[in-house]
Amino acid sequence: MFKRSDQDTRRPLQIFVDGTAVEAREGDTVSAALLASGRDARRATAVSGAPRLPYCMMGVCFDCLVTIDGVGNRQGCLVPVAEGMQIEIQKGKREIGR
Amino acid sequence: MSKEYDVAVVGGGLLGSAISWGLGRLGKKVAVLDEGDIAKRASRANFALIWVQSKGLGMPAYTGWTVRASETWPTLAAELKEQTGLDVALQQNGGFHLTLGEHEFEQRAQLVTRMHNQVGAADYRMEMLSVSEVKKMLPLVGPEVSGGSFCPLDGHVNSLRTFRAFHTGLKLFGVDYLPERPVSAITRAGGEFHLSTPQGDIHAAKVVLAAGNANQTLAPMVGLSAPMGPTRGQIVVTERTVPFLPHPLTTIRQTDEGTVMIGDSKEEQLDDRVLNHSVSAVMADRAQRMFPHLARLNVVRSWSGIRVMPLDGFPIYDRSESQPGAFVACCHSGVTLAPNHAFEIARMVAEDALDAELVGAFSARRFGEDRAANGSGYY
Repeated sequence: MFKRSDQDTRRPLQIFVDGTAVEAREGDTVSAALLASGRDARRATAVSGAPRLPYCMMGVCFDCLVTIDGVGNRQGCLVPVAEGMQIEIQKGKREIGR
Repeated sequence: MSKEYDVAVVGGGLLGSAISWGLGRLGKKVAVLDEGDIAKRASRANFALIWVQSKGLGMPAYTGWTVRASETWPTLAAELKEQTGLDVALQQNGGFHLTLGEHEFEQRAQLVTRMHNQVGAADYRMEMLSVSEVKKMLPLVGPEVSGGSFCPLDGHVNSLRTFRAFHTGLKLFGVDYLPERPVSAITRAGGEFHLSTPQGDIHAAKVVLAAGNANQTLAPMVGLSAPMGPTRGQIVVTERTVPFLPHPLTTIRQTDEGTVMIGDSKEEQLDDRVLNHSVSAVMADRAQRMFPHLARLNVVRSWSGIRVMPLDGFPIYDRSESQPGAFVACCHSGVTLAPNHAFEIARMVAEDALDAELVGAFSARRFGEDRAANGSGYY
Protein backbone atom coordinates (compact mmCIF):
# COMPACT_ATOMS: atom_id res chain seq x y z
CA MET A 1 0.00 0.00 0.00
CA PHE A 2 0.97 3.65 -0.02
CA LYS A 3 3.54 4.99 2.41
CA ARG A 4 4.09 8.67 3.14
CA SER A 5 7.51 10.12 2.38
CA ASP A 6 9.76 10.66 5.41
CA GLN A 7 10.46 14.15 4.11
CA ASP A 8 6.74 15.05 4.26
CA THR A 9 6.61 17.53 7.11
CA ARG A 10 3.19 19.03 6.34
CA ARG A 11 0.91 19.73 9.27
CA PRO A 12 -1.35 16.81 10.28
CA LEU A 13 -5.14 17.22 10.14
CA GLN A 14 -7.92 15.07 11.51
CA ILE A 15 -10.70 13.94 9.20
CA PHE A 16 -13.38 11.32 9.75
CA VAL A 17 -13.99 8.38 7.44
CA ASP A 18 -17.32 6.66 8.06
CA GLY A 19 -17.18 8.14 11.55
CA THR A 20 -13.65 6.98 12.40
CA ALA A 21 -10.92 9.57 13.04
CA VAL A 22 -8.18 9.40 10.43
CA GLU A 23 -4.99 11.42 10.15
CA ALA A 24 -4.40 13.34 6.95
CA ARG A 25 -1.93 16.09 6.00
CA GLU A 26 -2.67 19.66 5.08
CA GLY A 27 -2.77 19.84 1.27
CA ASP A 28 -3.90 16.23 0.77
CA THR A 29 -6.82 15.70 -1.49
CA VAL A 30 -9.57 13.54 -0.02
CA SER A 31 -8.55 10.73 -2.39
CA ALA A 32 -4.88 10.96 -1.41
CA ALA A 33 -5.78 10.92 2.27
CA LEU A 34 -8.01 7.87 1.79
CA LEU A 35 -5.33 5.97 -0.11
CA ALA A 36 -2.66 6.91 2.44
CA SER A 37 -4.87 5.89 5.36
CA GLY A 38 -4.46 2.20 4.64
CA ARG A 39 -8.21 1.74 5.08
CA ASP A 40 -10.45 -0.09 2.63
CA ALA A 41 -11.60 2.95 0.65
CA ARG A 42 -13.31 1.09 -2.18
CA ARG A 43 -16.59 2.61 -3.30
CA ALA A 44 -19.24 0.61 -5.19
CA THR A 45 -20.28 1.80 -8.64
CA ALA A 46 -23.79 3.12 -9.29
CA VAL A 47 -25.11 0.41 -11.60
CA SER A 48 -23.24 -2.86 -11.16
CA GLY A 49 -21.83 -2.23 -7.68
CA ALA A 50 -18.29 -3.04 -8.83
CA PRO A 51 -15.55 -1.97 -6.37
CA ARG A 52 -13.44 1.05 -7.37
CA LEU A 53 -10.58 3.11 -5.94
CA PRO A 54 -9.39 6.58 -6.99
CA TYR A 55 -7.50 6.13 -10.24
CA CYS A 56 -6.49 9.13 -12.34
CA MET A 57 -6.16 11.57 -9.40
CA MET A 58 -6.74 14.50 -11.76
CA GLY A 59 -10.49 14.85 -12.15
CA VAL A 60 -11.03 12.80 -15.27
CA CYS A 61 -12.06 9.24 -14.42
CA PHE A 62 -14.70 9.83 -11.73
CA ASP A 63 -13.69 6.64 -9.97
CA CYS A 64 -12.99 8.54 -6.73
CA LEU A 65 -16.65 9.55 -6.12
CA VAL A 66 -17.27 9.93 -2.41
CA THR A 67 -19.69 11.60 -0.02
CA ILE A 68 -18.09 14.67 1.62
CA ASP A 69 -19.81 16.54 4.43
CA GLY A 70 -23.14 15.05 3.39
CA VAL A 71 -22.88 15.77 -0.34
CA GLY A 72 -22.73 12.71 -2.57
CA ASN A 73 -20.82 12.11 -5.81
CA ARG A 74 -17.98 14.52 -5.00
CA GLN A 75 -14.74 13.90 -6.83
CA GLY A 76 -12.42 13.16 -3.92
CA CYS A 77 -9.31 13.82 -5.99
CA LEU A 78 -10.30 17.46 -6.54
CA VAL A 79 -11.25 18.37 -2.96
CA PRO A 80 -8.56 19.31 -0.40
CA VAL A 81 -9.06 17.91 3.10
CA ALA A 82 -10.10 20.25 5.91
CA GLU A 83 -9.98 19.81 9.67
CA GLY A 84 -12.96 17.74 10.87
CA MET A 85 -14.19 16.85 7.38
CA GLN A 86 -16.72 14.01 7.31
CA ILE A 87 -16.04 11.49 4.53
CA GLU A 88 -18.33 8.58 3.69
CA ILE A 89 -17.30 5.84 1.29
CA GLN A 90 -20.15 5.87 -1.22
CA LYS A 91 -21.68 2.49 -1.86
CA GLY A 92 -23.71 2.68 -5.08
CA LYS A 93 -25.76 5.58 -6.37
CA ARG A 94 -25.86 9.00 -4.79
CA GLU A 95 -28.77 9.34 -2.41
CA ILE A 96 -31.43 11.81 -3.45
CA GLY A 97 -31.13 14.96 -1.38
CA ARG A 98 -27.50 14.27 -0.38
CA MET B 1 -25.34 -4.23 -55.74
CA SER B 2 -28.44 -6.06 -56.88
CA LYS B 3 -30.14 -8.38 -54.45
CA GLU B 4 -33.69 -9.64 -54.14
CA TYR B 5 -35.47 -8.72 -50.94
CA ASP B 6 -39.05 -9.34 -49.92
CA VAL B 7 -39.12 -5.94 -48.25
CA ALA B 8 -36.84 -2.91 -48.18
CA VAL B 9 -37.46 -0.78 -45.09
CA VAL B 10 -36.22 2.78 -45.51
CA GLY B 11 -35.13 4.05 -42.10
CA GLY B 12 -33.28 2.32 -39.28
CA GLY B 13 -34.61 4.36 -36.37
CA LEU B 14 -36.98 3.04 -33.78
CA LEU B 15 -39.96 2.68 -36.10
CA GLY B 16 -38.03 1.17 -39.03
CA SER B 17 -36.26 -1.19 -36.64
CA ALA B 18 -39.54 -2.34 -35.08
CA ILE B 19 -41.20 -3.04 -38.43
CA SER B 20 -38.07 -4.75 -39.80
CA TRP B 21 -37.81 -6.90 -36.69
CA GLY B 22 -41.46 -7.87 -37.07
CA LEU B 23 -40.92 -8.77 -40.73
CA GLY B 24 -37.81 -10.78 -39.89
CA ARG B 25 -39.82 -12.56 -37.22
CA LEU B 26 -42.30 -13.59 -39.93
CA GLY B 27 -39.45 -15.08 -41.97
CA LYS B 28 -39.28 -12.33 -44.58
CA LYS B 29 -36.06 -11.41 -46.33
CA VAL B 30 -35.57 -7.80 -45.31
CA ALA B 31 -33.09 -4.99 -45.98
CA VAL B 32 -33.00 -1.95 -43.67
CA LEU B 33 -31.64 1.08 -45.54
CA ASP B 34 -30.30 3.59 -43.06
CA GLU B 35 -28.34 6.78 -43.25
CA GLY B 36 -24.87 7.14 -41.72
CA ASP B 37 -23.77 8.26 -38.28
CA ILE B 38 -24.21 11.95 -39.04
CA ALA B 39 -27.92 11.53 -39.79
CA LYS B 40 -30.36 13.45 -37.59
CA ARG B 41 -31.48 10.27 -35.81
CA ALA B 42 -34.64 11.89 -34.55
CA SER B 43 -36.04 8.77 -32.92
CA ARG B 44 -32.95 8.27 -30.77
CA ALA B 45 -33.52 11.51 -28.89
CA ASN B 46 -36.70 10.10 -27.36
CA PHE B 47 -37.88 10.33 -23.76
CA ALA B 48 -38.70 6.58 -23.52
CA LEU B 49 -42.24 6.90 -22.22
CA ILE B 50 -44.91 4.35 -23.03
CA TRP B 51 -47.62 6.91 -22.80
CA VAL B 52 -51.37 6.66 -23.06
CA GLN B 53 -52.89 9.53 -21.10
CA SER B 54 -54.10 12.48 -23.16
CA LYS B 55 -53.38 10.76 -26.47
CA GLY B 56 -56.08 10.89 -29.08
CA LEU B 57 -58.01 14.08 -28.42
CA GLY B 58 -59.55 14.78 -31.82
CA MET B 59 -59.05 11.23 -33.09
CA PRO B 60 -60.57 8.44 -30.96
CA ALA B 61 -58.93 5.75 -33.13
CA TYR B 62 -55.54 6.92 -31.91
CA THR B 63 -56.61 6.27 -28.34
CA GLY B 64 -57.48 2.66 -29.18
CA TRP B 65 -54.25 2.18 -31.14
CA THR B 66 -52.23 3.54 -28.20
CA VAL B 67 -54.02 1.41 -25.60
CA ARG B 68 -53.42 -1.65 -27.77
CA ALA B 69 -49.70 -0.87 -27.88
CA SER B 70 -49.50 -0.34 -24.13
CA GLU B 71 -51.23 -3.68 -23.54
CA THR B 72 -48.88 -5.49 -25.96
CA TRP B 73 -45.62 -4.08 -24.57
CA PRO B 74 -45.14 -6.97 -22.08
CA THR B 75 -45.32 -9.44 -24.98
CA LEU B 76 -42.76 -7.47 -27.00
CA ALA B 77 -40.41 -7.10 -24.02
CA ALA B 78 -40.65 -10.84 -23.31
CA GLU B 79 -39.97 -11.79 -26.94
CA LEU B 80 -36.97 -9.46 -27.16
CA LYS B 81 -35.62 -10.85 -23.89
CA GLU B 82 -36.03 -14.43 -25.03
CA GLN B 83 -34.44 -13.78 -28.40
CA THR B 84 -31.60 -11.45 -27.42
CA GLY B 85 -31.14 -11.84 -23.66
CA LEU B 86 -31.57 -8.08 -23.30
CA ASP B 87 -33.90 -6.77 -20.60
CA VAL B 88 -35.52 -3.55 -21.81
CA ALA B 89 -36.56 -2.66 -18.23
CA LEU B 90 -40.26 -2.32 -18.98
CA GLN B 91 -42.18 -0.64 -16.16
CA GLN B 92 -45.92 -0.12 -16.50
CA ASN B 93 -47.36 0.79 -13.14
CA GLY B 94 -49.02 4.00 -14.23
CA GLY B 95 -47.77 7.52 -14.93
CA PHE B 96 -48.43 11.06 -13.80
CA HIS B 97 -48.74 14.50 -15.26
CA LEU B 98 -48.13 16.76 -12.25
CA THR B 99 -49.40 20.31 -12.05
CA LEU B 100 -47.92 23.33 -10.26
CA GLY B 101 -50.47 25.72 -8.80
CA GLU B 102 -54.25 25.81 -9.07
CA HIS B 103 -54.45 27.17 -12.60
CA GLU B 104 -52.51 24.26 -14.09
CA PHE B 105 -54.62 21.82 -12.10
CA GLU B 106 -57.85 23.32 -13.51
CA GLN B 107 -56.46 23.23 -17.05
CA ARG B 108 -55.47 19.60 -16.74
CA ALA B 109 -58.84 18.70 -15.21
CA GLN B 110 -60.57 20.26 -18.23
CA LEU B 111 -58.43 18.18 -20.59
CA VAL B 112 -59.34 15.00 -18.68
CA THR B 113 -63.03 15.90 -18.94
CA ARG B 114 -62.75 16.51 -22.67
CA MET B 115 -61.01 13.15 -23.11
CA HIS B 116 -63.73 11.37 -21.13
CA ASN B 117 -66.47 13.04 -23.16
CA GLN B 118 -64.97 12.03 -26.48
CA VAL B 119 -67.28 9.53 -28.14
CA GLY B 120 -65.74 6.33 -29.41
CA ALA B 121 -62.44 6.51 -27.56
CA ALA B 122 -61.21 3.56 -25.51
CA ASP B 123 -61.48 4.21 -21.78
CA TYR B 124 -58.03 4.24 -20.26
CA ARG B 125 -58.99 5.36 -16.78
CA MET B 126 -57.13 8.65 -16.77
CA GLU B 127 -58.18 10.55 -13.67
CA MET B 128 -57.33 13.67 -11.73
CA LEU B 129 -55.76 13.08 -8.33
CA SER B 130 -55.70 15.56 -5.47
CA VAL B 131 -52.37 16.53 -4.01
CA SER B 132 -52.93 14.27 -0.99
CA GLU B 133 -53.58 11.31 -3.30
CA VAL B 134 -50.47 12.19 -5.32
CA LYS B 135 -48.39 12.32 -2.13
CA LYS B 136 -49.37 8.78 -1.24
CA MET B 137 -47.79 7.55 -4.47
CA LEU B 138 -45.03 10.15 -4.88
CA PRO B 139 -43.98 11.04 -1.32
CA LEU B 140 -41.19 13.45 -2.33
CA VAL B 141 -43.31 16.02 -4.22
CA GLY B 142 -42.78 19.65 -3.27
CA PRO B 143 -45.25 22.14 -1.75
CA GLU B 144 -46.12 23.79 -5.08
CA VAL B 145 -47.53 20.57 -6.57
CA SER B 146 -51.31 20.99 -6.78
CA GLY B 147 -52.14 17.48 -7.95
CA GLY B 148 -52.12 15.86 -11.33
CA SER B 149 -53.57 13.34 -13.69
CA PHE B 150 -52.79 9.65 -13.44
CA CYS B 151 -53.29 6.85 -15.93
CA PRO B 152 -52.66 3.24 -14.88
CA LEU B 153 -51.68 2.20 -18.42
CA ASP B 154 -48.71 4.56 -18.62
CA GLY B 155 -45.15 3.41 -18.19
CA HIS B 156 -41.64 3.62 -19.57
CA VAL B 157 -38.82 1.50 -20.84
CA ASN B 158 -35.08 1.68 -21.38
CA SER B 159 -35.31 2.90 -24.96
CA LEU B 160 -31.60 2.63 -25.73
CA ARG B 161 -31.68 -1.02 -24.76
CA THR B 162 -34.90 -1.50 -26.72
CA PHE B 163 -33.17 -0.12 -29.78
CA ARG B 164 -30.19 -2.36 -29.20
CA ALA B 165 -32.47 -5.36 -28.69
CA PHE B 166 -34.23 -4.71 -31.99
CA HIS B 167 -30.92 -4.48 -33.83
CA THR B 168 -29.53 -7.58 -32.10
CA GLY B 169 -32.76 -9.33 -33.09
CA LEU B 170 -32.50 -8.09 -36.68
CA LYS B 171 -29.13 -9.78 -36.98
CA LEU B 172 -30.47 -13.01 -35.47
CA PHE B 173 -33.39 -12.98 -37.94
CA GLY B 174 -30.94 -12.58 -40.82
CA VAL B 175 -32.15 -9.08 -41.70
CA ASP B 176 -29.55 -7.05 -43.63
CA TYR B 177 -28.90 -3.72 -41.90
CA LEU B 178 -27.34 -1.44 -44.54
CA PRO B 179 -26.03 1.92 -43.24
CA GLU B 180 -24.78 4.79 -45.42
CA ARG B 181 -27.67 4.17 -47.84
CA PRO B 182 -29.76 7.34 -48.00
CA VAL B 183 -32.40 6.71 -50.65
CA SER B 184 -32.50 9.30 -53.41
CA ALA B 185 -35.06 7.74 -55.74
CA ILE B 186 -37.57 4.90 -55.80
CA THR B 187 -38.90 3.49 -59.06
CA ARG B 188 -41.08 0.52 -59.79
CA ALA B 189 -40.37 -1.77 -62.75
CA GLY B 190 -41.15 -5.37 -63.53
CA GLY B 191 -43.14 -5.82 -60.34
CA GLU B 192 -40.36 -4.73 -57.99
CA PHE B 193 -39.04 -1.56 -56.46
CA HIS B 194 -35.61 -0.15 -57.22
CA LEU B 195 -34.22 2.05 -54.48
CA SER B 196 -31.28 4.23 -55.49
CA THR B 197 -28.53 4.69 -52.91
CA PRO B 198 -24.93 5.98 -53.15
CA GLN B 199 -23.79 2.37 -52.88
CA GLY B 200 -25.95 0.98 -55.65
CA ASP B 201 -29.58 0.02 -56.16
CA ILE B 202 -31.52 -2.23 -53.83
CA HIS B 203 -34.30 -4.34 -55.35
CA ALA B 204 -37.29 -5.43 -53.31
CA ALA B 205 -40.83 -6.65 -53.88
CA LYS B 206 -42.16 -4.24 -51.28
CA VAL B 207 -40.98 -1.04 -49.70
CA VAL B 208 -41.82 0.48 -46.32
CA LEU B 209 -41.00 4.14 -45.80
CA ALA B 210 -40.09 4.54 -42.14
CA ALA B 211 -37.74 7.48 -42.47
CA GLY B 212 -39.40 9.77 -39.95
CA ASN B 213 -39.63 13.38 -41.06
CA ALA B 214 -37.89 12.45 -44.34
CA ASN B 215 -41.02 10.48 -45.28
CA GLN B 216 -42.43 13.80 -46.47
CA THR B 217 -39.84 13.76 -49.28
CA LEU B 218 -39.89 10.02 -49.94
CA ALA B 219 -43.63 9.33 -49.94
CA PRO B 220 -44.40 11.12 -53.25
CA MET B 221 -41.89 8.79 -54.96
CA VAL B 222 -44.36 5.94 -54.45
CA GLY B 223 -47.61 7.86 -54.92
CA LEU B 224 -48.18 8.61 -51.24
CA SER B 225 -48.05 11.70 -49.05
CA ALA B 226 -46.76 12.21 -45.54
CA PRO B 227 -47.11 15.83 -44.44
CA MET B 228 -44.85 16.37 -41.45
CA GLY B 229 -44.51 19.16 -38.91
CA PRO B 230 -41.47 18.38 -36.77
CA THR B 231 -40.70 20.23 -33.55
CA ARG B 232 -37.61 20.29 -31.38
CA GLY B 233 -37.40 19.13 -27.80
CA GLN B 234 -34.69 19.38 -25.16
CA ILE B 235 -33.71 16.90 -22.49
CA VAL B 236 -31.69 17.46 -19.32
CA VAL B 237 -30.03 14.46 -17.65
CA THR B 238 -28.73 14.23 -14.09
CA GLU B 239 -26.19 11.94 -12.50
CA ARG B 240 -27.51 8.64 -11.20
CA THR B 241 -29.27 8.62 -7.88
CA VAL B 242 -30.98 6.01 -5.74
CA PRO B 243 -34.52 5.19 -6.90
CA PHE B 244 -36.87 7.94 -5.68
CA LEU B 245 -39.51 8.17 -8.42
CA PRO B 246 -41.71 5.06 -8.54
CA HIS B 247 -43.79 6.32 -11.49
CA PRO B 248 -42.78 8.16 -14.67
CA LEU B 249 -44.12 11.66 -15.35
CA THR B 250 -44.72 13.43 -18.64
CA THR B 251 -41.75 15.67 -17.79
CA ILE B 252 -39.54 13.62 -15.43
CA ARG B 253 -38.54 9.98 -15.36
CA GLN B 254 -35.89 7.98 -13.57
CA THR B 255 -34.27 5.27 -15.65
CA ASP B 256 -33.72 1.74 -14.44
CA GLU B 257 -30.06 2.67 -13.88
CA GLY B 258 -30.88 5.70 -11.72
CA THR B 259 -30.43 8.60 -14.14
CA VAL B 260 -33.10 11.31 -13.97
CA MET B 261 -34.31 12.65 -17.31
CA ILE B 262 -36.11 15.99 -17.50
CA GLY B 263 -37.86 16.85 -20.72
CA ASP B 264 -40.92 18.04 -22.55
CA SER B 265 -39.91 21.30 -24.18
CA LYS B 266 -41.37 22.03 -27.59
CA GLU B 267 -39.70 24.49 -29.93
CA GLU B 268 -40.10 25.59 -33.51
CA GLN B 269 -36.37 25.85 -34.12
CA LEU B 270 -35.15 22.69 -35.84
CA ASP B 271 -31.38 22.81 -35.36
CA ASP B 272 -30.55 19.89 -33.08
CA ARG B 273 -26.86 20.83 -32.79
CA VAL B 274 -27.50 23.65 -30.34
CA LEU B 275 -29.27 24.06 -27.02
CA ASN B 276 -31.45 26.89 -25.82
CA HIS B 277 -30.28 27.17 -22.22
CA SER B 278 -33.15 29.37 -21.12
CA VAL B 279 -35.51 26.55 -22.11
CA SER B 280 -33.40 24.01 -20.18
CA ALA B 281 -33.46 26.36 -17.19
CA VAL B 282 -37.27 26.47 -17.16
CA MET B 283 -37.45 22.68 -17.44
CA ALA B 284 -34.95 22.19 -14.61
CA ASP B 285 -36.72 24.78 -12.45
CA ARG B 286 -40.12 23.12 -12.90
CA ALA B 287 -38.57 19.73 -12.13
CA GLN B 288 -37.05 20.90 -8.85
CA ARG B 289 -40.32 22.57 -7.86
CA MET B 290 -42.01 19.20 -8.38
CA PHE B 291 -39.26 17.33 -6.52
CA PRO B 292 -37.14 19.71 -4.42
CA HIS B 293 -34.53 16.99 -3.77
CA LEU B 294 -33.54 17.15 -7.44
CA ALA B 295 -31.99 20.56 -6.88
CA ARG B 296 -28.89 18.98 -5.35
CA LEU B 297 -28.16 16.65 -8.24
CA ASN B 298 -25.58 17.52 -10.86
CA VAL B 299 -26.62 17.75 -14.49
CA VAL B 300 -24.30 15.60 -16.57
CA ARG B 301 -25.79 15.88 -20.06
CA SER B 302 -28.35 17.76 -22.07
CA TRP B 303 -29.33 17.63 -25.69
CA SER B 304 -31.89 18.73 -28.17
CA GLY B 305 -33.62 16.41 -30.58
CA ILE B 306 -36.09 16.64 -33.41
CA ARG B 307 -39.50 15.09 -32.95
CA VAL B 308 -40.82 13.01 -35.78
CA MET B 309 -44.23 14.59 -36.06
CA PRO B 310 -46.94 14.15 -38.67
CA LEU B 311 -48.60 17.49 -39.38
CA ASP B 312 -51.58 16.90 -37.08
CA GLY B 313 -49.70 14.85 -34.49
CA PHE B 314 -51.40 11.54 -35.34
CA PRO B 315 -49.70 8.57 -37.03
CA ILE B 316 -49.74 8.02 -40.77
CA TYR B 317 -50.02 4.50 -42.18
CA ASP B 318 -50.82 4.10 -45.86
CA ARG B 319 -50.48 1.62 -48.68
CA SER B 320 -49.98 3.06 -52.15
CA GLU B 321 -52.78 2.47 -54.64
CA SER B 322 -50.77 3.58 -57.66
CA GLN B 323 -47.70 1.57 -56.66
CA PRO B 324 -48.91 -1.60 -54.88
CA GLY B 325 -46.46 -2.95 -52.35
CA ALA B 326 -45.34 0.47 -51.15
CA PHE B 327 -46.20 1.52 -47.61
CA VAL B 328 -45.55 4.59 -45.52
CA ALA B 329 -45.42 4.61 -41.72
CA CYS B 330 -44.62 7.52 -39.47
CA CYS B 331 -45.67 8.68 -36.05
CA HIS B 332 -44.49 10.69 -33.12
CA SER B 333 -44.65 7.97 -30.47
CA GLY B 334 -42.16 5.40 -31.72
CA VAL B 335 -41.49 3.98 -28.26
CA THR B 336 -45.13 3.71 -27.19
CA LEU B 337 -46.25 2.20 -30.49
CA ALA B 338 -43.29 -0.17 -30.99
CA PRO B 339 -45.35 -3.34 -30.30
CA ASN B 340 -47.94 -2.29 -32.89
CA HIS B 341 -45.22 -1.73 -35.46
CA ALA B 342 -43.41 -4.98 -34.64
CA PHE B 343 -46.51 -7.14 -34.62
CA GLU B 344 -49.41 -5.46 -36.48
CA ILE B 345 -47.84 -3.22 -39.12
CA ALA B 346 -45.23 -5.89 -39.96
CA ARG B 347 -48.03 -8.45 -40.39
CA MET B 348 -50.02 -6.07 -42.61
CA VAL B 349 -46.96 -5.40 -44.79
CA ALA B 350 -46.33 -9.14 -45.06
CA GLU B 351 -49.97 -9.66 -46.09
CA ASP B 352 -49.75 -6.69 -48.47
CA ALA B 353 -52.90 -5.11 -47.04
CA LEU B 354 -53.55 -2.63 -44.27
CA ASP B 355 -56.13 -3.72 -41.74
CA ALA B 356 -58.75 -0.98 -42.09
CA GLU B 357 -60.30 -1.76 -38.73
CA LEU B 358 -57.02 -1.10 -36.92
CA VAL B 359 -55.34 1.60 -38.98
CA GLY B 360 -57.92 2.86 -41.48
CA ALA B 361 -58.24 6.14 -39.62
CA PHE B 362 -54.54 6.90 -40.03
CA SER B 363 -54.45 7.32 -43.80
CA ALA B 364 -52.88 10.59 -44.94
CA ARG B 365 -56.03 11.02 -47.04
CA ARG B 366 -57.42 12.72 -43.94
CA PHE B 367 -55.34 15.77 -44.81
CA GLY B 368 -57.22 16.20 -48.07
CA GLU B 369 -55.82 18.12 -50.99
CA ASP B 370 -55.03 21.23 -48.97
CA ARG B 371 -53.57 19.16 -46.12
CA ALA B 372 -55.76 20.95 -43.61
CA ALA B 373 -54.96 19.80 -40.11
CA ASN B 374 -56.92 20.09 -36.92
CA GLY B 375 -56.56 18.70 -33.45
CA SER B 376 -53.30 17.38 -32.17
CA GLY B 377 -52.12 13.96 -31.16
CA TYR B 378 -49.41 15.35 -28.94
CA TYR B 379 -49.70 17.09 -25.60
